[in-house]
Amino acid sequence: MNENDRWKKIRKLFLVFFRIGAFTFGGGLAMIPFIKREIVDSNHWIEDEEIVDIFAMVQSVPGVIAVNSAIFVGYRVAGMWGAVASAFGVVLPSFIVISAIALFFSSFKKIPVVARAFEGVNAGVAALILTALLQLIRPSIKDNFGWAIAVVVFVIMSFTDVSAVYVLLASAAAGITISYIKGYMKMRKGA
Amino acid sequence: MYKLYLELLVTFFKIGLFTIGGGYAMLPLIQREIVRHGWLTFKETIDIIAVSEMTPGPFAINAATFVGTKTGGIPGAAFATIGVVLPSFMIVTLVAKYSAQFKDQPILQYALYGLRPAVIGLIASAAFLIARTTFFTASDGNAGIFVGLQNILNTINWRAIIIFIVAIVASLKYKVHPILLIVISGILGIILYSV
Repeated sequence: MNENDRWKKIRKLFLVFFRIGAFTFGGGLAMIPFIKREIVDSNHWIEDEEIVDIFAMVQSVPGVIAVNSAIFVGYRVAGMWGAVASAFGVVLPSFIVISAIALFFSSFKKIPVVARAFEGVNAGVAALILTALLQLIRPSIKDNFGWAIAVVVFVIMSFTDVSAVYVLLASAAAGITISYIKGYMKMRKGA
Repeated sequence: MYKLYLELLVTFFKIGLFTIGGGYAMLPLIQREIVRHGWLTFKETIDIIAVSEMTPGPFAINAATFVGTKTGGIPGAAFATIGVVLPSFMIVTLVAKYSAQFKDQPILQYALYGLRPAVIGLIASAAFLIARTTFFTASDGNAGIFVGLQNILNTINWRAIIIFIVAIVASLKYKVHPILLIVISGILGIILYSV
């Protein structure tokens, strides 16, 4: 790939991910079909089977799916600068919108009717999070170990000041330990 | 000023590093960090969730930009946003480079076996803390603290509970889109808090 081609691709990556960033409301899994259409179907940058692997991989490392996918695809298509261009592209739309909102938010919320609307919105947010919670239980908790971890994490996070950082590290360690014990038990049964 | 920029960068780097499971999973961490630094009150963090649902972009990024702007203007927003994206950038480029080896690592799957249920606990805790703040009115705008039964009854916010019930039925039974749900709760808020 010659230099000219590479920069053309980097520019294109920025534009494509800018568009993806501008149209993903609420973020998360909603943008997966959108990314697939742009990256696989329109631009043929990545093969159909590979994109599925990419989505699986970027979900198993820290970060937001949209941003992680952008960085991964950008790196694959045009190296480090491709990753930089894609990351900037996908973040920039929300950066512009949110910083504009944040600048005016305090004065905006001083308007009585807006303040009342936001009182209502708070209750709506509680409903949204409960909905997300109920939808995620089935794919996330497979057995009693899962339920135990979920309950312990809930209690610690709700009633103590322990940081989520330690809670997550402990959960990962528990997951690894339990998996190894299970593997060992299976081996012994088999033997 | 530079101290604030650095603090924003470091705090959101930490948040970015521990953003696992996406969406609402990191709410407790993000909210606690923001409140601990005195950047926003707990109640204001709920506003960001609402704003974030109605605008493009994931919550973790939007929270970084919002808090950065409010505390340190546009440069503050840049530091906070770069901070939250940086861990992903470093990790994902490594994964992209060595993905062949990465895919066959069972240890990662084992860790996720523990992390996925943990995410459920985190989201449940976020829902609980937000419900507590929303359903019980505390004068300081922070999480309500229960002192005695009469106090609980006196501080129950009936309007919020009515709006919550309407919203949860609309969401679970009629699958109303999140943006529309926020608009509906806003309109209900205007009506109920005016009477």
